[in-house]
Formats: sequence, C-alpha cells, structure tokens
Amino acid sequence: MGKYIKFFLVGIFFGIVLVKSEAVSWYRIFEMFKFQSFHMYGIIGTAVITGIILLILSKQLKVKTINGNYLKVPLKARGLARYILGGIIFGLGWALCGACPGPMYILVGTGVFSIIIVIAAALLGTYFYGILRDKLPH
Amino acid sequence: MEYILQPWPWYVSGPCIAIIMFLLLYFGRTFGMSSNLRTLCAIGGAGKRVEFFKFDWKSQRWNLVVVLGAIVGGFIAHHYLSHPTNIDLSQNTIEDLKMFGFENAGQSLLPPELFSWDAVLSIKGLSILIVGGLLVGFGTRYAGGCTSGHAITGLSSLQRPSLIAVIGFFIGGLIMIHFIYPILF
Repeated sequence: MGKYIKFFLVGIFFGIVLVKSEAVSWYRIFEMFKFQSFHMYGIIGTAVITGIILLILSKQLKVKTINGNYLKVPLKARGLARYILGGIIFGLGWALCGACPGPMYILVGTGVFSIIIVIAAALLGTYFYGILRDKLPH
Repeated sequence: MEYILQPWPWYVSGPCIAIIMFLLLYFGRTFGMSSNLRTLCAIGGAGKRVEFFKFDWKSQRWNLVVVLGAIVGGFIAHHYLSHPTNIDLSQNTIEDLKMFGFENAGQSLLPPELFSWDAVLSIKGLSILIVGGLLVGFGTRYAGGCTSGHAITGLSSLQRPSLIAVIGFFIGGLIMIHFIYPILF
C-alpha cells in the first residue's frame, strides 16, 4: 500500500491544479478553440516550456529515478496516420464534450455525475479501438 | 489563502502540470491519463475477447491510484478551495455561446445545457455526451495518448509523433467548434 501513497498524492495535486486552472471547464475548451482567450494556451505553453527545462536539467544533472535509472521519457513509436487520424478523432470528442481523459475523472470529484456517461462511452470507444486496431492504418 | 481560493493564473497552473509530469517520471512512470481507459477495459475482462487488452494490467495499478487521487483532488478543490466557482470567460465567448443557446456561460464549471440531468435525459443531450466520449476513447488510444501523454509529456520531450498528434487534436477541435457546433446548436 505504501508505494501507492505517492501516486495518490500526485493525483490529488493534479485534480486540484486542473480545477483551479479551470482546465476542467467545458467553457474554457470552447473558448480555446475559438481563440478568444490566451488562458488555455498559457497553461499548455508554460507547462511545455517548464517541462522542456526540467527534462534538459535532469539530463544535464544526470538525475536518477527512485528505481536508480536515468530519468527519461519513453519514445513514442514512429508513425503518421495513427497520430494525425487518432488526434483528429480525439480532438472532435474533446471539443464536443469539453473533457479530455484527465478532467473526466476530476469532474466526478467536483460532483458532476453526468460525466460518468462520458467516461462509460470513452471506455466503449477504447474497446472499439481494440477490436478494430488491426484494420486501421498506423 | 485568498490566492488559493481565486482561480489560478495560467503561469502558475502550467508549471504545476509540468511538475506533476516530472514527479511521475521521477517515480519511474509516465504521465498519461487515457491509458487508464485501456486498463479499465482489461480489468473488465476485455482481454478474453480482444488481444489489445491482454496485458498485465496490474502493472498499471499505480495510474489508477493517480486517477483516484485526481477525483479526490477535484472534490477538495471544488468544495473547499474555490470561491467563487464561476469562470471568467471572455465577453466574445459568452456572446457566441448565447447565440448557440447557452445562457449564463461561465456561471458554473460546466454548462447545465449539456450536463444537467434534464439535458442528459434528452435524446440530443445524451447523444452528445455519448458520441463525445466514444470519440475521446477511440481517438486517444488510436493516437496513443491524450493531452497529458502527447501535449504535455510528448512535447516537453520534443517528440515529433506528439507534435503531429497535438496538431490533430486541434484540427479535430476546430472542425467541431467552427463547423459542427453551428449545425448542432
């Protein structure tokens, strides 16, 4: 149980940050795709810039993980079709229900229980992908 | 305390998200929320019928614990750390939403026009949530990640596949908001 505590705490922090940043709000996603506010771009932009700096620093300083390996990000497989097509499909859904997979769970905590319908449908969507995977271009 | 209760500005929130990504890497894992959907399918027994779900889901338990924490974090933030809870949207957004029939945009976290039980119990409202969820579930797994895996982790590590995926996210989102919403609402 002890080894899971840190993940639980990271999760709590994640939930708090996404609520306080309003990134869980359907309205903010709509506004982002309308280019009517800098807010979401600011969040994603500073997250990525900070992330780049942290990863460069940890490489320079040879930071090791708690398992003793050098800290590094696993590489995504090469490909084009899956990223562009999968990305577009996700983007359509993200804009339609205003929630990506992180916020979906967090919104349950804020008391919006109708989001459970979206989660259930997302599970079904993932299942359909599993069925069709071999037939799709990757 | 006043600063915590107010909405957090983007230049505080963004770096916090990067720290979350970094902490998970430091713990020997990676930041990726949509993977949990696959794990939950596997726990539900999908591996018996579909090869893609035949994997050692127990190795992913840590990520489900992150989800559990996120739900608790959402509860804490919304009920104890948010005052006020309204969203300070741009005036243009509020007016555009009014034209689509969304009243009082930003007065709550989510629009009651889509997420209240009245809306959910209508055919249109229910269909929107189900189709949205299906697209998110299918698309994230096809693309191999969502906002956390590609936009944050992938872009931070300068990976081309993630850049392509994020461009895809925006193409999809822009098509939905600019071309499909005017038909739907």
